Amino acid sequence: MSADDPQQVPRAKGGRAPDVFEPGGWVPMRSHSQDEEVDFVIVGTGAGGGTLACKLAEDGFSVVAFDAGPYWRPLEDFASDEHHQSKLYWTDERITAGANPIKLGANNSGRSVGGSTVHYAMVALRFRPEWFKARTRLGYGADWPIDWQEMWKYYTEVEQALTISGPINYPWGPRRPRYPYRAHPLNEAAKLLARGAEALGIDWTETPIATLSAPKGKAHRCVYRGFCVTGCSTNAKQSVLNTWLPRALTAGAEIRDLAMVGRIEVDKAGRATGVHYHREGAWHFQKARNVVVAGYAIETPRLLLNSACEQFPDGLANSSGLVGKNLMVQLNQAAWGQMKEEVRSYKAPPSLTISEHWNYEDRGKDYFGGWAYMSQGPLPITWVKELAGQRGLWGQRLIDEMARSNHNVGLKMVGEVLPDERNRVTLAEETDRFGLPIAKVEFSYSDNDRAMMKHALSFMDDSLAAVGATERWKEWDDTCHLNGTARMGDDPKTSVVNADGRSWDIPNLWVCDGSVFPTVGGVNPSLTIQAIACRTADRIKALSARGEL
Amino acid sequence: MANRFPGYDVLAKRDTLSWNDKTREVIAERLAMSERSDLLSDRQRATLRTAIDRIVPQPEGRAPVNALALLLAKIADDGSDGHRHHQLPGLRACYERGLDAIEEEAKARHGTSFHLLDGSQADLLLSAIERGDVCSNAWGDLPPAIFWGWRLLPDIVSSYYAHPSAWSAMGFGGPASPRGYVRIEGDRRDPWEAVEADDGTLIPAARQNKHVG
Ligand SMILES: Cc1cc2nc3c(=O)[nH]c(=O)nc-3n(C[C@H](O)[C@H](O)[C@H](O)COP(=O)(O)OP(=O)(O)OC[C@H]3O[C@@H](n4cnc5c(N)ncnc54)[C@H](O)[C@@H]3O)c2cc1C
Ligand code: SF4
Repeated sequence: MSADDPQQVPRAKGGRAPDVFEPGGWVPMRSHSQDEEVDFVIVGTGAGGGTLACKLAEDGFSVVAFDAGPYWRPLEDFASDEHHQSKLYWTDERITAGANPIKLGANNSGRSVGGSTVHYAMVALRFRPEWFKARTRLGYGADWPIDWQEMWKYYTEVEQALTISGPINYPWGPRRPRYPYRAHPLNEAAKLLARGAEALGIDWTETPIATLSAPKGKAHRCVYRGFCVTGCSTNAKQSVLNTWLPRALTAGAEIRDLAMVGRIEVDKAGRATGVHYHREGAWHFQKARNVVVAGYAIETPRLLLNSACEQFPDGLANSSGLVGKNLMVQLNQAAWGQMKEEVRSYKAPPSLTISEHWNYEDRGKDYFGGWAYMSQGPLPITWVKELAGQRGLWGQRLIDEMARSNHNVGLKMVGEVLPDERNRVTLAEETDRFGLPIAKVEFSYSDNDRAMMKHALSFMDDSLAAVGATERWKEWDDTCHLNGTARMGDDPKTSVVNADGRSWDIPNLWVCDGSVFPTVGGVNPSLTIQAIACRTADRIKALSARGEL
Repeated sequence: MANRFPGYDVLAKRDTLSWNDKTREVIAERLAMSERSDLLSDRQRATLRTAIDRIVPQPEGRAPVNALALLLAKIADDGSDGHRHHQLPGLRACYERGLDAIEEEAKARHGTSFHLLDGSQADLLLSAIERGDVCSNAWGDLPPAIFWGWRLLPDIVSSYYAHPSAWSAMGFGGPASPRGYVRIEGDRRDPWEAVEADDGTLIPAARQNKHVG
């Protein structure tokens, strides 16, 4: 083990944190003692926690943000290699169950300072406005306690902060401002989506995407290397690690890497007093006036449940009994085929074009909810697992099929799964290396999901047929993203937190990540998670000014 | 199938701008990996080796892929991929039980060890496991189809496609940082990408692939 191995030895210490833009570089970091009762402890530095840390620090609050993962400097730490880069994933044991157990780890869970955004695919989409009132306006799921006009403002803030590259006019939904940077040129996989959509008579567009199409500060533009979901070694990707967190440090936030929070402490009066965390081989306690949980939709309920105490025997913030329930993945089924020409979809970010047609068009559906679909660019290991697992290929047939990958073309959906209490996170009996009970995740497809998959797969297959793809096949079983498990709402009986992310049961305990989603929509979630975090920060500032924290 | 990318070798780009230091370091380590002999029993390793040979045959005319070495390293770590199917035990225990069961299955069906079966017998046996259609009671409560689909198959194919020889054989560009790519349209390639054998160009692919770098 080397002394500068960021997976073994914390980097953010002694008044400095890594400078993500310079190999070997450092930036100053404010440090807090454990006895200092900081204004906010935040558990998790991903889309929710990292964004909130920045905003709260900029508002003048004292903030210590914890992450179980390492603090990377992408330029020196990231290889162009799928296998090696599995160091970015949450690979501690979790049990997966239900009628359709979901894959975790690489598929949807990060463990790094910056969270899952360090290896996300950067697709940056807004919700369809009606989804914030899905129950009232569309007849399914649950209403959000926030309305879309307010969210539109926060979406703009995030799009600016991440310097999103996107089209001049977005074909769907209410007007939105110009994206800060121009759209990327299209790779062949993206063009094939576009031609298919034209042939089927629906709109498509260049995907708004969080990677630079021109330089910005110390980060240069995307070089189309295509390894995005294994981490971007050039810093073109606008992740939480290289956007919100450098700002957070400048504003005075402290970040503690390789620091696993195991329990939230609650006093006799029923208020959170701080967190127990494991770092450098020992347990420590950090005092705080407020605790924010932002560990994503599995670790957040796990921590709340693992923090059960005499007063709250069923776990914290759980008087509704809903902590861990209504886990929502998104459908990630795909249609694939072969082109005569070389597509070489390994080049450029994987999803440069999109159609949200079926997010905004409800006629002709025999199911609730929406879905979008995007062009694809799987790397070899991802692709071989799909060919083997989904198409049942192995032996020479598999090797031969892999040798035709440069002609492969695919379209993948991101489809809305409805909230269902049977899809949930609970605690298993088994414990992890910290002695903490691990999560058990249960998921089953519903009839609604199956009807949506059927429609989407046949539509995407038609699109591939329209551009001349042959030997087409359908991948029926794949999911992506995680949301729900600590839903927000207006009623303490049917939700875990209110619109501000504040738990109903413990007034100084908050949740700020993908877990708060009451419904998930048919778009990738990270832009919405960051927008919610910006809103939560504004609400905290307002409440604080009124003495209501 | 004949070699589609004659003469193409991802490793020829090792010292170019397509590879950064970190990539050079981790790939060098991988290429140098040897098969651990202190892990699993000799019989279990022989079974695993045969399963790998059947599931991912070696590329023709290229340096062999050391998938077994990589997979043994993973079994040694006894880590996790971040999920475990609820019907499977932990990683190493799962391999020990599953490989023993494959061996017993071979004995029950053919009266001999799995690694001594001829190729088509071994394939038929693996297909039976894939379908969950087994006769040995050595499987116990280990569901064969789930062992196959959630453990053996994904682990083996991902170990194999972590090797540069496998990338070369499929014409994958391989590591690509910091240089990345310039020509991203269809039927276009950068000079540092593979040429396919029958793509109709005047200069034979094997000759062009010598100059990829
Ligand atoms: C391969 C992949 C591709 C994706 N592509 C897209 C995309 O294109 N567009 C999009 O919008 N979204 C995408 N996503 C999803 C997106 O990354 C997530 O939805 C988002 O990052 C979730 O934000 P979060 O704040 O809830 O959690 P995360 O970003 O996952 O952050 C949670 C952090 O909390 C830490 N943590 C958890 N528990 C503890 C604890 N007890 N103590 C200390 N630290 C803890 C974790 O280490 C982690 O770093 C993708 C995800 C993956 C995996
Ligand atoms: S394609 Fe662009 S965003 Fe993706 S990893 Fe490469 S440089 Fe980063």
